[in-house]
Amino acid sequence: MDWFYKFPHMDDGALRDLKKAIDDGFRGFTRSYGEIIEGFFTPLQHFLIASERFMLKTPWPIITLLILAIAYAATRSLRIVAGCLATLMLIGYFDMWEDTMRTISMIFVCTVLSIAIGIPIGIVMARSDRVQRVINPILDVMQTMPSFVYLIPVVMLLGIGKVPGLIAVVVYAIPPMIRLTDLGIRLVDKDVLEAADAFGADNRQKLFKVQLPLALPTIMAGINQTIMMALAMVVIASMIGVQGLGQPVLKAIANQYFTLGMFNGLAIVGIAIMFDRVSQAYGKRLQKHREIVHG
Amino acid sequence: MADHVFGGIKIRNLYKIFGPNAGSHIAAVKNGLTKAELNARHGHVLGLRDINIEMPSGSIQVIMGLSGSGKSTLIRHINRLIDPTAGEVLVDGVDVVKLPEADLREFRRHQTAMVFQKFALLPHRTVLDNTIFGLEIQGIARPKSLDTAMRWLERVGLKGFEEKYPNQLSGGMQQRVGLARALANDAPVLLMDEAYSALDPLIRTDMQTVLLDLQKEIRKTIVFITHDLDEALRLGDQIAILRDGEVIQQGTSQDIVMRPADDYVANFVKEVNRGRVVHVEAVMTPSMSSPSGRPTVAAGTTVEDTLRMLARDVSDEGVVVSPTGETLGIVTVRQLAGAMVNVH
Repeated sequence: MDWFYKFPHMDDGALRDLKKAIDDGFRGFTRSYGEIIEGFFTPLQHFLIASERFMLKTPWPIITLLILAIAYAATRSLRIVAGCLATLMLIGYFDMWEDTMRTISMIFVCTVLSIAIGIPIGIVMARSDRVQRVINPILDVMQTMPSFVYLIPVVMLLGIGKVPGLIAVVVYAIPPMIRLTDLGIRLVDKDVLEAADAFGADNRQKLFKVQLPLALPTIMAGINQTIMMALAMVVIASMIGVQGLGQPVLKAIANQYFTLGMFNGLAIVGIAIMFDRVSQAYGKRLQKHREIVHG
Repeated sequence: MADHVFGGIKIRNLYKIFGPNAGSHIAAVKNGLTKAELNARHGHVLGLRDINIEMPSGSIQVIMGLSGSGKSTLIRHINRLIDPTAGEVLVDGVDVVKLPEADLREFRRHQTAMVFQKFALLPHRTVLDNTIFGLEIQGIARPKSLDTAMRWLERVGLKGFEEKYPNQLSGGMQQRVGLARALANDAPVLLMDEAYSALDPLIRTDMQTVLLDLQKEIRKTIVFITHDLDEALRLGDQIAILRDGEVIQQGTSQDIVMRPADDYVANFVKEVNRGRVVHVEAVMTPSMSSPSGRPTVAAGTTVEDTLRMLARDVSDEGVVVSPTGETLGIVTVRQLAGAMVNVH
């Protein structure tokens, strides 16, 4: 009855060999292709460095004005702009300006990358049920797999630094972008699509003149989610060398510096709320035409 | 192209079966398998059976039927939003069924325009941008299409609303946008799929008048789908009545009202205000001689209008004359009254 109380598992030796074989295989792959793959990501690294340099080298009053200008252009709400100003001033006053700029730069690049990859994938997914059936479980894995686990192969391949951090963040943050693009396009009113067909629209015209514009509010919700999830990854990404607000938090955990952790944590919360309010208000403004219903 | 005369629409032996193996049941249906049998034995739905309709250029063809009769399916075969299982749809001599995809798109862009029951406007575009949608799809430059769109918006009574969004307009006004969008295409065929069914009765009558007035100028081949016999009789130069996917009667409004093909049609006609449909020549006594001192009535005048005229004139009889002035017959108040209450 031994098998009844203890799950009959694979032979210890065989299991050890299997793990070793996979490890060796991946290590071999890393040795032979690591450099090529690193080369492939060089443009991304340049983008990251350029963006970070811009955020750090530009004097703070100009960056502040720039952020406020973007916030106003997107929301047309002075209340939100005032909130952004207060958040930025507090962050600066408590000497977290540089780390915050690094984090914002990282989030910006991650979001741009997620949009650039996520929207096309979402479009393809919306067009074919088969593609949707294949991609959906992959997205499930990406969202539920503990991030530490996929940090291991990324670090083995690319070492520690900005690019592996970026990949880890994008892997975690891209699923809502893809899912909501797919959903938004699938929810487009069938009657309107039929009208586009009746007027002789081809697939491209339908996509750009009907499907994407009508899915835009949903896509904006996806972008908002992606930004939030990217911010949530800041601390974990700092474990593999991404600079920014995550590093002091990591230091605070290791040394039990309560205040340091709290200040930096609140700074992350502060920029998260900023991004969230601005992107949501922009999304709402995009669908203003839907709200004024004839009485 | 300038002197090309549009050849109208001819639908020949059109069948539509819905289901995964539609093609394999077509022979059985042609040999008389009924809709109920097809559904019970094979799980397929018979949408249309042996439809043959000729729609001459420049006329309004109404297709009338209750829900489930296949009328919306039928109109979607004309621009092939639905592919038939068998049959031909000739628009200006071209069989739409056989067009390859790229040609079909060109055909839809230039030969047909459609108005929908639920309007199907683009909510994120203004009225003006909705109106140029068809022209944009055709690839016409924006300034030029804006001119066209403004002209049609003005024509359907929407001047001043160009910058509004569809949601800011009432149903009737939204459908005016739908109509302007279709007309801006300047296609010879105008397909109207229950275009007015979602509108309330007063606005519906109003829109019918808009369409009839427009048709005097534009002379398009209009296919109009409706479930409302009054609407059918008011608009249709020709009417086809559809039931369970089959045409049960075709003809002018006079034919339908005076000679219903079966009890089903007769049942419909019962509810109709005959005085507004039946023409005076259908009830008159033919005669070549014209007694003097009687008011004259033009052929094609409705019974109701004739009665009103005679009542105003305080006379018991009228002389029916053709457009060229010849006497066609004599009509009495008794005959007119009889036609209104259907003593036939």
